[in-house]
Amino acid sequence: MIIGALFYLFALVLIASAVAVVSVRQPVNAVLFLILCFFNAAGLFVLLGAEFLAFILLIVYGGAVAVLFLFVVMMLDVKGDVPRLPLKRFLPLSLGVGAVLLVQVVIMAAFWPEAHAVTSVAADSENTKALGRVLYTDFIYPFQVSGLVLLTAMIGAIVLTQREPRGTKRQNVQAQLDRRAEDVVTLRHVESGKGAL
Amino acid sequence: MDDLMTTYLRPLFWMLLGIGGILAVVLGGTAYLTYAERKVLGAIQLRKGPNVVGPFGLLQPMADGLKVMFKETIIPTQANVFLFIAAPVMTFLLALSAWAVIPFDAGLVLANINVGVLYVLAISSLGVYAIIIAGWASNSKYALLGGLRSAAQMVSYEVSIGLIIVTVLLQAGSLNLSEIVEAQKDGWYIFSLLLPMAVLFFASALAETNRSPFDLPEGESELVGGFNTEYSAMIFALFFLGEYANMILMSAMTTILFLGGWLPPWTALGFVPGFVWFALKIALCLFVFLWVRGTLPRYRYDQLMRIGWKFFLPLSLLWVVVVATVKMLAGGA
Repeated sequence: MIIGALFYLFALVLIASAVAVVSVRQPVNAVLFLILCFFNAAGLFVLLGAEFLAFILLIVYGGAVAVLFLFVVMMLDVKGDVPRLPLKRFLPLSLGVGAVLLVQVVIMAAFWPEAHAVTSVAADSENTKALGRVLYTDFIYPFQVSGLVLLTAMIGAIVLTQREPRGTKRQNVQAQLDRRAEDVVTLRHVESGKGAL
Repeated sequence: MDDLMTTYLRPLFWMLLGIGGILAVVLGGTAYLTYAERKVLGAIQLRKGPNVVGPFGLLQPMADGLKVMFKETIIPTQANVFLFIAAPVMTFLLALSAWAVIPFDAGLVLANINVGVLYVLAISSLGVYAIIIAGWASNSKYALLGGLRSAAQMVSYEVSIGLIIVTVLLQAGSLNLSEIVEAQKDGWYIFSLLLPMAVLFFASALAETNRSPFDLPEGESELVGGFNTEYSAMIFALFFLGEYANMILMSAMTTILFLGGWLPPWTALGFVPGFVWFALKIALCLFVFLWVRGTLPRYRYDQLMRIGWKFFLPLSLLWVVVVATVKMLAGGA
């Protein structure tokens, strides 16, 4: 009973905040609603007994990805009134994407009993171990390949955006550390009243 | 009806009692940590520290608490009031909620979940939001810059903390905090291959809690007060207490991951209850926190980022490989 109530709580807040992400005007608030989404999705994972996924979702998406979004969005100096995009222009596209997703959900629902049987097998043992075993044995190649793709994407993004601005002064830490007092400073005893030299 | 009583209400009662107990201990510890900090810094700088309110100044935290409660809360014009107030509340809430999975003694833990380590990591990574939101909602340049700086710092050091924790998990073979402590029965991890990781973890903990020498978020000389520039009275106190509660939490994590949690240093001393050892070890870590603050100058921002990404991260990544290899060769796989 309580599990059911919790499911509806998480699900309703999840949907409501997802709607808020795309409908609030202030971008910072939108990102904050997105974070609320992650939280509720994590709650749903916990209810499914997938606590590993739940916390990884919070750590990776909540703790890292959304922080970067927030970083970017905070730098946009928007105060309240963002110009409204013309709804008519985007309506067909959004309806199309929505329809595709809806079809996917319907197909998924048709195969639900089978899919559910697979998850309940995994849930028998401790799910961190189960997940690790599946990822590093049956799916080792897709897993490693996706890792490499992400790495390539990351390096690519850095290479594409990095520009060495002209005239930047860089510090060479090793050179700084190698500097010794006796190489750069000389001490002289100066008699009073005679001046240096 | 009977069913409801036994399955929900009775556990709920015990859980609430447990939460109350933990809150009392952590908040008491937090209050006296502020006192300890002033005393220790006083001793390091050849001063007396607080010594007027009560015997040895022991009532100083109460006096400070009262003072802070009766001060006026000032909210800057054009600040986002909801987020401005929510941010410190969130810091404090997160600092306290992580304690749910910390084992104080064998079996003495509120929620003994399988992925305790991940829970703590998730909670501490969410702490970034409170700071970045505080910086943004204040509608002040110093606060925004302080918030961004602080968020960059915390995100950077989280990466190495994650990898360091992986080495411990490899060694212990579990993500459950109680089992990690039990795995150290034959030798604490600080006295093993993981010694460098213990040092790195502690240093990252200093950065993660925004403590000296990595306390750039509140670098007074350049940012006035950092992300909490605009905060006053009780909402400032929530940030302040949250920081100290986080220090205790990070000390507890260091204790659990590397110092054998509630285990006594010698089995001959096993008659002393486990939570006493746990508390003593936390106190030791906290003393190092304060000692470092009294000893080291603040890092420059570029140095901080350099040491985090170019030294801590590669070293901890290397150590994951080393620990895994050793474990594999020892036939533990």
